[in-house]
Amino acid sequence: MRLTDDERAMLGGAEGPAVAAAMDLLVRYGEALDADRLCDVRNVAGTMTQPSPAKARLVAEGGWDKAFAVINLDCDDDIEIPPMRVPTCQLQQGFGEDSVGVAPYPKTFVELQGDAESFYGRRGVNILATCTPYQVGNLPVRGEHVAWMESSAVVYANSVFGARTNCEGTASTGAASLTGKVPCWGNHLDHNRYGSHLVDVRLPVRDFLDWGMLGYFVGDLVQEERPVVVGDIGVPELADLKHFGAAAASSGGVELFHLPGITPEAPTTEAAFGSRPVPEAVGYGHRERRHVYEALNSQGDSADVDFVLLGCPHASIDQVRAVARALEGRRLHSATQLWIMVPRALRAIADRSGYTEVIERAGGRVLTDSCPAMSRSAPPGTRVFATDSAKQAHYLPAILGIEAWFGTLEDCVEAAFTGRWAGELR
Amino acid sequence: MTLVLHGRRVVGGVVEGEALVSHETISGWGGIDPAKGTIIERRHELHGVCFTGKILVFPGAKGSSGWSGFFQTTRLLGTAPVGMIFTVTTTKAALGAVVTRVPTVTDLDRDPVEAINTGDWVRIDADNGIVEIKRAAEPVDSAGQP
Repeated sequence: MRLTDDERAMLGGAEGPAVAAAMDLLVRYGEALDADRLCDVRNVAGTMTQPSPAKARLVAEGGWDKAFAVINLDCDDDIEIPPMRVPTCQLQQGFGEDSVGVAPYPKTFVELQGDAESFYGRRGVNILATCTPYQVGNLPVRGEHVAWMESSAVVYANSVFGARTNCEGTASTGAASLTGKVPCWGNHLDHNRYGSHLVDVRLPVRDFLDWGMLGYFVGDLVQEERPVVVGDIGVPELADLKHFGAAAASSGGVELFHLPGITPEAPTTEAAFGSRPVPEAVGYGHRERRHVYEALNSQGDSADVDFVLLGCPHASIDQVRAVARALEGRRLHSATQLWIMVPRALRAIADRSGYTEVIERAGGRVLTDSCPAMSRSAPPGTRVFATDSAKQAHYLPAILGIEAWFGTLEDCVEAAFTGRWAGELR
Repeated sequence: MTLVLHGRRVVGGVVEGEALVSHETISGWGGIDPAKGTIIERRHELHGVCFTGKILVFPGAKGSSGWSGFFQTTRLLGTAPVGMIFTVTTTKAALGAVVTRVPTVTDLDRDPVEAINTGDWVRIDADNGIVEIKRAAEPVDSAGQP
C-alpha cells in the first residue's frame, strides 16, 4: 500500500504512540483488503462506550486508555489516548440511566457506560448515542469520504447523502478517529458505486410499512450488491428511506442503493448503472409483497402480544409525534408494554413538545441510546413482540428467542391496547 | 493425497490444524458466541459447532458491522480459530481476520469452501499465499463426526 509522507510520519510515531498504533492497524487492514492507499475522512461514526464483559475486564486492568488501545486500535501497548483528530460520534450503545427499572439491563453496565461517556467525551467523541446520527445533525455531504459503522447508517450515508463509506468496524473507526484516514477500497471508489440489479415496483409504495417490505425484498434479492429501484414509489420521507435501507441491510448486506430521480448519484436509471447496460428488471408486485409479509410474520404462533417495539432504526421526531397521537387518551393493555426508541437529543424535543407525556400517560415508554437487539433486553417475561420494523422482526427472534409480529404502526398500537395481534396485510 | 491452493495473504504467518468448513456465510454479531467460540445462528449449518482451535473455512462474512469486534473478542477470551480461509473479501472479513490476529488467506485459485472438507488437515503459509490440504481418511461432517 502506498502511504503519503504524512501517513508515513504518523506510522513512524511523529504524532505519538496512539496515532502510530492507529496507522499500524490501518496499514494491516488496508493490506488485508488489498487496497492501494488510504483516503482522508473527516467524519467517523463508531463505538467506544458500548459495555461488554471483555471491555469491563480491560477497563479494570488499565482504564479506558487500555480499552480503547486493545478494542479500538488492536494494540496491546499501554498508551495514552489523545483527543480525536476528526469529528467522531458514538453510535447506539447500551441502555442508560433512564432505563433503570424499565429494561432488565445490568446496572453495572449502565455505570460502566456513564464512565466511558465522560472519558471519551473529554477526548472529543460526540455522544450522539444513536444508530441514526443523520437524524441529530451528523450530515455528511455528497462525495465525502467517511468512516461509519452500523449497517443502517452506512447504507443511508452512501445512498441518501452520496457520501462514501464501507461497513467499518470497531477497530477501523477507532483508528480513523485518531488519523482521519481509512483504506480507500470498495464503496470509496467510483466504479464500485454503480447499480447491479434493477427492481421495478409495480404497486404503489407510499407508507412506512411498504418501504420496509420493499427493502426486505430487495436485500434478499441482491444480498451485498447494489439495487436500483424504479416504478411506483412516489417521493419517500426520511423515515421511509431509513426503514428501506435498514431492511435491505438485514435480509441482505446492502450498503448502497439508488432511486433514480431521488438519490443523488442517480439522476436517471442509466446514470445509476454508469456505462454498463441496464439489466432486465425484477418485478415487485402483489405476490412479492405478500411473500415478504408472510416471511416476516412466520416467526410465531401465539397472538398474545406482551411487548410492542417501535423506533428501529431510532424514531424521528415526526414518528414520535405519530405514536403520541395514536396513544392519546387511551391506556395500554395491562399485560402489554410499549417502548419507542429515540436518540436522546430527540427525546429532549419530544419532552418539550409534550409527546413523551402523552406516551407515558398511556403506559408507554420513550427510551434512548439503545434498543432491545443492541442491549439484549426486552421487558421481563416477553414471549411475543410486535413491531413496525422489518429489521427488529428479522433479528430479535434469534437474539432474544421470542416470537415476532410485523405490521403497521396502527396494528402495533392496537396490539398494545388489546394484548392481541390482529394485523393483516391490507 | 495433498492438494495445494495458491492465493493472497490477508494476515501473515504459518499455522496448521484441522479444517472446519462452513458452506454458508457467517454472522459475527448475533451469529457467534465469543465466550464459547460457537456458531449460534439458529438456522446455520454449523449451529452449536465450536470453531476454537480450528482453521475456519467459510465463503465470507455477513450481517452487522460488529463482525470484527466479535471475532476480536474470541481472541481476547481464548476461543478464536487458529487460522481463516475465506472466499469473498469484505471489510468485515478482512478487518475481522486482522483483529483476530490469525494467519488468513483469500483469493485462492479454487473456491476453498468446495476444495476443503471438514476434518482435512490444513497448513496455511499466509506469507506466501499457500494452502496445503491433507485429506482426512474419510470425509467427516461439519460437526466433526465421521
